[in-house]
Amino acid sequence: MLTVFLQFLFSGLTVGAVYALVGIGFNIIYNATSIINLAQGEFVVIGGLLMWFFTESLKLPFLLSAVLTILSAGLIGLFMERLTINPLKSTDLLLMIMITIAVSIVLRGILMFNFGKDPYVYPPFTEGEPLSIYGAIIQQQTLWVIGITGLCIILLFLFFKKTIVGKAMLACAVNPTAAKLVGINVSRMVMLSFILSAIVGAIGGMAITPISLMEYDKGPMLAVKGFCAAIMGGLGSNRGAVIGGFIIGILESMTAGYIHSGLKDAVALVILLLILFFKPAGIFVSKTMLQLRKF
Amino acid sequence: MKKARKNLLVAFVVVLSVFILFVNAYAKEPYKIGALFAVTGAASFLGEPEKNTAIMLQEQINKAGGINGHPLEIIIEDTKSDETQAVLSVKKLLERDKVLVIIGPSTTGESMALVPIMNNAKTPLISCAAGAPITKPVKERYWIFKTPQYDLSAVEAIYTYMKKKGINKVGIITISTGFGDAGRKALHEMAPKFGITIVADEKYGPKDSDMTTQLTKIKASGAQAVINWSVGPGQVIVTKNWNALKMGIPLYQSHGWGSKKNIELAGKAAEGVIAPLGRLVVWDKLTDKHPQKALLKKYTQDYEAKYKSSPGTFGGHAYDSIMMIAEALKKVGPDKKKIRDYIETKIQKWPGTGGIFNISSGDHCGLDKDAFEMVVVKNGDWEILK
Repeated sequence: MLTVFLQFLFSGLTVGAVYALVGIGFNIIYNATSIINLAQGEFVVIGGLLMWFFTESLKLPFLLSAVLTILSAGLIGLFMERLTINPLKSTDLLLMIMITIAVSIVLRGILMFNFGKDPYVYPPFTEGEPLSIYGAIIQQQTLWVIGITGLCIILLFLFFKKTIVGKAMLACAVNPTAAKLVGINVSRMVMLSFILSAIVGAIGGMAITPISLMEYDKGPMLAVKGFCAAIMGGLGSNRGAVIGGFIIGILESMTAGYIHSGLKDAVALVILLLILFFKPAGIFVSKTMLQLRKF
Repeated sequence: MKKARKNLLVAFVVVLSVFILFVNAYAKEPYKIGALFAVTGAASFLGEPEKNTAIMLQEQINKAGGINGHPLEIIIEDTKSDETQAVLSVKKLLERDKVLVIIGPSTTGESMALVPIMNNAKTPLISCAAGAPITKPVKERYWIFKTPQYDLSAVEAIYTYMKKKGINKVGIITISTGFGDAGRKALHEMAPKFGITIVADEKYGPKDSDMTTQLTKIKASGAQAVINWSVGPGQVIVTKNWNALKMGIPLYQSHGWGSKKNIELAGKAAEGVIAPLGRLVVWDKLTDKHPQKALLKKYTQDYEAKYKSSPGTFGGHAYDSIMMIAEALKKVGPDKKKIRDYIETKIQKWPGTGGIFNISSGDHCGLDKDAFEMVVVKNGDWEILK
């Protein structure tokens, strides 16, 4: 019994870690701009497919490939902001969110033309047998995914709380006009947030591809689940997105395990709705914070 | 000025000679066939090789002088994997292009949408989709045929093999798409006939990234084998999870497993996976005497030379449809009713890529479980099980 329970739990953790990373990506842009970037799932796909391109197609060493993937993803984030969000000079959030949808469609098209419709995979970061804990197995790559998620959270926490740039980004979200008045270059901060969130998404994609494979149209599903994670934890709270991601992942897995696998998506969404009924701002955001939100 | 006139003269001679060439080669008016393939959209993995096959066969047939001197013209429409688009496209083919026969569409849903239209238009349709309702009940499918094998036949092939191995209890795991649901239904339908009990019945979504939970449940249910029914990345992830869990029971896949790409993606995890596959993917393992061998070899090698990729089972469905029609046109000429009758009565012991067809007034597909070979993955390659 314990073995089976642990196996469900590990499966949930594997899936949840992915949701969490996507959720964090949403938060970074949301925190700096109040925009919900619906192309976040495509950043994850870009990470996985580019990593495949550098390691398997160009046969570059692992670390170099990782660095190149991160740099390319950052560049794509930069171009996305400079070419679509920045020229708009609009403050209509809904319009900007629509633009992110358009970008996601364009990115998906480009990926399809360059990589085709087949799934891709490359070997896990460390080769070897899966670990066995009380008879339940956990793949080494899952530990990498969870570890990388943890590292991202810590680094982002330090960035937003301890560095001037991070604090400046937060200030832009709260009040762009005031931020401008105290001398913060708001436009540059917005750009930075897109770069950062593209990088976080791409890192997630790099880590999960050996487990789940990657194909050009995986983005929307990842975006929906990651968005649910962010909403459950409370938009803007990274700690919330991580816990939300793991809750959804584990709930899906437990539903599949103890009730029926056909119901797993439905149950996870019902729980999300229930949480939002009783705590509309999400688990980690207070009501007062909610009132300060623009979106 | 002089030079310009000379150029004009040369151009005139070129145009004239090309014209004469064409008139000679294509003295007769072309036979028009309509093709509906899901070239883009969710089912594009089906439509792409089908479209390529159609283009290749049209070239080959016309190079060899056409059909009784008539060039073959295949008009390809993209259904975008969408039923509404399929209906619109078929109307265009029937009314504007006045085609004799329709090939396709690629998916069961699209094919079903066209059944009433074809019956009204009294035009034969040879579908490239597998679903049994496309050609059943035959009475209401007077003008409809299909070339892919039935899901039921694939299930029969698996169950027959399992009985030989003494397997009575199976756990099934299916993808929540049309393909998976049809397979799941067939697995349930055939199980009692073979005395097989389904002890676990699990599902997953087309974009799910981990199926360990479902497989753990199957393992706990006491099943002697797992059957996965899906196409796309899901079947690779199930294979990897099955391998990582060291389940100790064999993994069977559906006939959707028949692509070398799957072995590449799953790597070592694919070793030992068993599946019922059409002979197209294992043609090089057949004996030379096998009636399908020569045509499979030619088709696969031609396709690979032209498109630098393998045609897969799906391209083969288009191949069979077009070759049947080409033969019918050759024998009976451009008459819709006669073409239909020819296909219903004369496609007997007819080797195609999908198997050896025996179409009759009681079965508009003409393939059974013998169209499949049970194939195991061994050392990164297929091996036919006896």
